[in-house]
Amino acid sequence: MSNEVVLLDFGLSPFCMRVRIALAEKGVRYEGQEEDLFGGKSELLQKSNPIYEKVPVLLHGGKPILESSNIVYYIDETWPSPPLLPACSYGRSRARFWADFIDKKVFEAGSAIWRSKGDELELAKKEFIDILKKLEGAIGDKDYLGGNEFGFLDIVLIGSSSWFPAYEKFGGFKIEDECPKIVGWMKRCKGRESVAKTLPDGQQVCELVGMLRKMHGIE
Amino acid sequence: MADELILLDVHVSMFGMRVRVALAEKGIEYEYREENLANKSPLLLEMNPVHKKIPVLIHNGKPISESLIIVQYIDEVWTGKSPLLPSDPYQRAHARFWADFVDKKIFDAGRRIWTRKGEEQEAATKELIDALKLLEGELGEKAYFGGDKFGFVDMALITFYSWFYTYETCGNFSVEEHCPKLVAWAKRCMERESVSKSLADPKTVYEFVLMLKKKYGIE
Repeated sequence: MSNEVVLLDFGLSPFCMRVRIALAEKGVRYEGQEEDLFGGKSELLQKSNPIYEKVPVLLHGGKPILESSNIVYYIDETWPSPPLLPACSYGRSRARFWADFIDKKVFEAGSAIWRSKGDELELAKKEFIDILKKLEGAIGDKDYLGGNEFGFLDIVLIGSSSWFPAYEKFGGFKIEDECPKIVGWMKRCKGRESVAKTLPDGQQVCELVGMLRKMHGIE
Repeated sequence: MADELILLDVHVSMFGMRVRVALAEKGIEYEYREENLANKSPLLLEMNPVHKKIPVLIHNGKPISESLIIVQYIDEVWTGKSPLLPSDPYQRAHARFWADFVDKKIFDAGRRIWTRKGEEQEAATKELIDALKLLEGELGEKAYFGGDKFGFVDMALITFYSWFYTYETCGNFSVEEHCPKLVAWAKRCMERESVSKSLADPKTVYEFVLMLKKKYGIE
């Protein structure tokens, strides 16, 4: 079996960023293939992920692994060093719980911000801040979401946080005013090479979201 | 030290049933506590403050939430008997993907079948059947989703079998007519004691739904 690693990717996708950071943390060499999500998805993407036709898709020896959190679990199990998840079963269950929370809540709540106006927007912002405050509770007094070391949960959230500048711009608010701990955590994570090299410029994300708003007829 | 295990659950919950099946597969003893979701216990609110949902497994005072996360925890802690997930990382990723598919596609469509009418109900029925057909395709000629052995994906899906009667009666359709192989698989799973003892009776589920419909004025 070939051990070739290919990532079907989209630079500005927070979900793809998770996978790129995980691969960088493990020092895994791979070939990245940028998908044109607006122009036309590649045949390889459609064949590898026929149910959702979404990125990221990791192909390892030609076999597809789908869904970003699932891919990060796979990466951690296949290339065990350095470990991203805690060693103990209870710690792992907490990590999975918060990853599931982030997956279910953050992107959707953020999207509600840039898709809304007026009263709906105020509600969307409140919901988003509530979610971030719960995550601040999970950080507690620690440096990172997982504890004192950067790990799996930080990888899951830091990708999503790359879109925060767009939520702030179109929502007309500053996350730091309400959630300084999260902003502190973001700065700490960005000090890491794998994160700094992967996260895009806030301006690029704002431009993409601006384009998405136009596509949805929001002004 | 003897393990103390408490399961906070609701008898008709397909999510709670997954945990019951997993505990039965492993031959683990535990204390079952039925929750009244209209009047949640202080213990539930304390153990799952983020979602306030069942099931919650409390192991020596520490809570684990989200049914598939609980099943994975059980599999990692009680390794002696009946492995629930494959040991190979690719097979594990594959299993997680399909269990996640069940979570994303079956519950929501099913719920809309018994809470809506007319076109909305018809659309939900179509969605459910399409999702079940995809699962049937994934099952293929295998005895179980895991291959020869009953496993994680089987556990994720079989608990919805107790709700099929409710979906079929409310939506006026037959699952067997559209997905005969899947129904054959379900009956095969029901021959396992862990499954037959853990699943709620379909008529009990239906009566529960009728009670909810009356309570909330759903026609």
